[in-house]
Amino acid sequence: MFIINCPFCGERDQSEFKAGGEAHIERPKQPTELSDDEWAEYLFMRKNIKGVQFERWNHAHGCRKWFNMARDTSNDEIKLIYKMGEKPPLK
Amino acid sequence: MSDNLRVKGSKFIDETTKISFKFNGKIYYGFKGDTLASALMANDVHLVGRSFKYHRPRGIMTAGSEEPNAIVQVNDNTAYTEPNVRATEIEIHEGLEASSQNCWPSVGFDIGGINNILSPFLPAGFYYKTFMWPASSWEKYEHFIRHSAGLGKSPKVADPDIYDHRYIHCDVLVIGAGISGIMAAKTAAQSNLKTILLDEKTEIGGTTIYQNSDNFKINNKNSSDWLYNEINELKKLDNLEIKTRTSVAAYHGYNYLLARENLTDHLSKKEKQNKIRQRLLKIRAKKVIVATGSLERPLIFDNNDRPGIMLSSAIKKYADYYGVICGKKNVFFTNNDSAYESAISLSKKEIKVQAIIDIREKSESSIIKEAESLGIKIYWSHTVVNTHGYKKLKEISVMELSKDGLSVIGSKININCDCLGIAGGWTPAVHLFTQSGGKLKFRDEDQVFIPNKNSSKQISIGSCNGDFELDKIIKNSSNSLKNFLDIGKTDYENLSVVTSKETNKKNIWLLPSDKVIGKTKPFVDYQNDVTAKDIKLALREGFRSIEHVKRYTTTGMGTDQGKLGNMHALGIIADTTGVKMGEVGTTTFRPPYTPLTFGTIVGRNVGEYFDIFRRTPMNDWHVKNKAKFENVGQWKRAWYYPRYNETMHEAVQRESVAARYSAGILDASTLGKIDIQGSDSSEFLNRVYTNAWSKLGIGKCRYGLMLNEDGMVYDDGVTTKLNENHYIMTTTTGGAANVMVKLEDYLQTEWPELDVYLTSVTDHFATASICGPNSKKILNKLIPDLDLSDENFPHMSFKKTRIGKIKCRVMRISFTGELSYEINVQANYGKSLWEQCIKAGKEFNITPYGTETMHLLRAEKGFIIVGQDTDGTITPIDLQMHWIVSKKKLDFIGKRSLYRSDTMREDRKQLVGLVTDNPKEVLEEGAQIVSELNQNPVQMLGHVTSSYFSPNLNKSIALAVVKGGKTMIGKKLFIPMEDRTINVMVTDPVFLDKENKKLNA
Repeated sequence: MFIINCPFCGERDQSEFKAGGEAHIERPKQPTELSDDEWAEYLFMRKNIKGVQFERWNHAHGCRKWFNMARDTSNDEIKLIYKMGEKPPLK
Repeated sequence: MSDNLRVKGSKFIDETTKISFKFNGKIYYGFKGDTLASALMANDVHLVGRSFKYHRPRGIMTAGSEEPNAIVQVNDNTAYTEPNVRATEIEIHEGLEASSQNCWPSVGFDIGGINNILSPFLPAGFYYKTFMWPASSWEKYEHFIRHSAGLGKSPKVADPDIYDHRYIHCDVLVIGAGISGIMAAKTAAQSNLKTILLDEKTEIGGTTIYQNSDNFKINNKNSSDWLYNEINELKKLDNLEIKTRTSVAAYHGYNYLLARENLTDHLSKKEKQNKIRQRLLKIRAKKVIVATGSLERPLIFDNNDRPGIMLSSAIKKYADYYGVICGKKNVFFTNNDSAYESAISLSKKEIKVQAIIDIREKSESSIIKEAESLGIKIYWSHTVVNTHGYKKLKEISVMELSKDGLSVIGSKININCDCLGIAGGWTPAVHLFTQSGGKLKFRDEDQVFIPNKNSSKQISIGSCNGDFELDKIIKNSSNSLKNFLDIGKTDYENLSVVTSKETNKKNIWLLPSDKVIGKTKPFVDYQNDVTAKDIKLALREGFRSIEHVKRYTTTGMGTDQGKLGNMHALGIIADTTGVKMGEVGTTTFRPPYTPLTFGTIVGRNVGEYFDIFRRTPMNDWHVKNKAKFENVGQWKRAWYYPRYNETMHEAVQRESVAARYSAGILDASTLGKIDIQGSDSSEFLNRVYTNAWSKLGIGKCRYGLMLNEDGMVYDDGVTTKLNENHYIMTTTTGGAANVMVKLEDYLQTEWPELDVYLTSVTDHFATASICGPNSKKILNKLIPDLDLSDENFPHMSFKKTRIGKIKCRVMRISFTGELSYEINVQANYGKSLWEQCIKAGKEFNITPYGTETMHLLRAEKGFIIVGQDTDGTITPIDLQMHWIVSKKKLDFIGKRSLYRSDTMREDRKQLVGLVTDNPKEVLEEGAQIVSELNQNPVQMLGHVTSSYFSPNLNKSIALAVVKGGKTMIGKKLFIPMEDRTINVMVTDPVFLDKENKKLNA
């Protein structure tokens, strides 16, 4: 059970949050111009890394804001929390 | 009780308070402070239970939570009954009733004992191997196996006790109140840190508190006296909370721990009345100090499980702490010095110690010399090869060990004894450390796993960290505390410590015997009856990983999770396969450390508080009018309103006829409602719905279908344009919360440039939907000055008006195909609105209808319910709803996926109607549909999604999804049921009023 430092509310218990999968997968601007394979890449393919992973989280039972997290999936250490739209940190 | 089984003068037992209790129906007496185990032994009761598989007689082995054998049923045949409770943890109290488990008809004569004689035929994996063929007979076998197996009986009625949860936040949590835990708690609390100290036992002080021996001294005091002073100092500190009878069950990441605090189990029936029984503590600690100590290991030899064979340290605790003599003629069997401590302690209390069998060749420590000087005979380089006595140990057989320790030599010596103390060294209790994600390392010199790396802010100190000697414990704990708490010094530097043991130990995981292994029963896991033989068999059959061996043999899978024997299982695997212990690894330590009651886990969330219910403002009316309710998500929705003795079918038929021919009223308050505002609202709706929204006029309503990005139908509902840049969206009842989350997600992450604000207003409005040909007349009575003509108030439009003084929003929209109006008012006027509607509709026999009738009415019209007729694999094209999918819009959520090769297949499952050849026959929802009955294997074409008897059409109707269904109109299909086959014909999904005449009736 993590403690997550919501960029808008501060430290809160994990039970207030929902995980939203891998971060920085941008929805294509013109999906109709993509091939089936390209669209499938966007739609289905996720990395599931052992190590530092960038992921989306939502303070669902709090401010309802989405934000990004860099988390080491091997030991659940949260390396960094940053706002939506900000660039992923270098590893 | 037999007085000669008590040693007088234990300060932990109140000999002035006599307590009676029942065990297996017989009344016994003990003292306040006794556990069930100590009181039974004081009464010379050693046969406590029967083993799980072979039903062998078993007694008490330990004095703590690691007990594998003495597990009992408490308060049998009452609502308070609890199975699998360790007799070593039950504090006796007036009214306690306990009984043996796993035996029939009694623990003394147990029919299952025949399994012991049959045991050569019951090897590891026996059940898997034997009862799997023929597979069809498993159900029969299972009945008998389940009957004869199992530990204890589960309660048959609801638990009447009260349980509780509590959150605790602290700077430092110390787990275990032995000597190192007390040092840690005192140091932390003195450093101004909010500290919690937990211990599973009744008293704090661990094993040191009853040590009382000149062999262990701190600053020239007996270690127990020294610790006693420390505890007194500790109790004066005010930023420290001490909780005893509190067992940490789980240690999760980020220092989040769960502990069970036992509040009343030790009290008499009268004292515990109306009190909280157990409390689950949810602890978030900034720092955690693990001081969980260590567990003594047994030794593995033939017949090492008889009542009277106990851990050496347990015999010592029963004598020193409880003042109870476990046996009158004691023998100890050891591979290290610690058995000598027990032997000396007994001798000094004038309890007879016959001999010590030591597998080592020699040891020179002072404690051994002391034992010799007390006249105890020591058999060096000897091992126990067998034991005798069925219900109580009578005799042991001893032989000399060969030089390499692999075999026995010479002749057998038999020693008469009624208690054998075994001492196989110590296993650090690293369970909690590993639960938290910590990694272990193996220390070869004394064959223990000790903490290595961990990620959270924690340390392990004392014997759980592999420090077993008093001087080391104090020195290393003091140093660790200084670093961990970041303080300059502790009270424990430069103490003079006397400890007289040496650490020399000889480890043999499976002791040799004069018999071949196949003829022996050296138990590794006592509770699950797993022997060394079973583990070797598993290895012979090709199992290598410890996790596989565990599952095949069930070693370590009992309620004690193999606290005693797991190390030996690993050792035997390592020895047999020639792999190093450190490489074999350990099995995963899983929470809880000791079993938890379900009551503790759920706390107050029982009965009506188990899950949250949401009720509409009209709920009281529904209850008063005897509605039956159904759960829709968290909502309690009126399902149907039976009159007199109507069945559900009769009520639904009546309600649906009334709604079609005169007037019906539905509580639609549960529909999800999202208020959408902002200058980009129309554009937003364009992107989230499949159809176009740009041209919708103010005051108009439109039905929308929402997809997932994969093209599958996600939600639907009517959205109304209240004003320029202001919409109200309705969603399905069950989908409301998820739709809100999804829309917010897109707004915040993909389209932050859009000026749109979403607010969930589901609970802010109450909604009554009146439908049927007379609904207009009823609405006219309610709002006389509103022009209800089709010109002023057409289908799919909205009016903002008032009923009396109550502001309301009225939408003319329909989910039944009838003319209908949805009236929305501020939620707290909901019941008043409903009652006014009923009053105004009385002359038209307005009939309240529930969700079942609503489902029937919409099915007659072929309207889908998302989640019933769709299941996350259905596109709007599959639903034959092309009309709602905009071709002009460049993009909306899910659009691209509608053009994937898979979603464009012609043979996808498509929504169709079904009518049965026999119009009275109603299909079962979920029934499979086939076109050929004699195929092998038969090809499933699809399934029935909705099915009803329609009173308005006087026949059975159904909706279904069928492969290639849209090209099958008029085709005959079959629905095979268990006892018959039903013939059906594929039809259009719209059964009634295809021209929508009724909407404007």
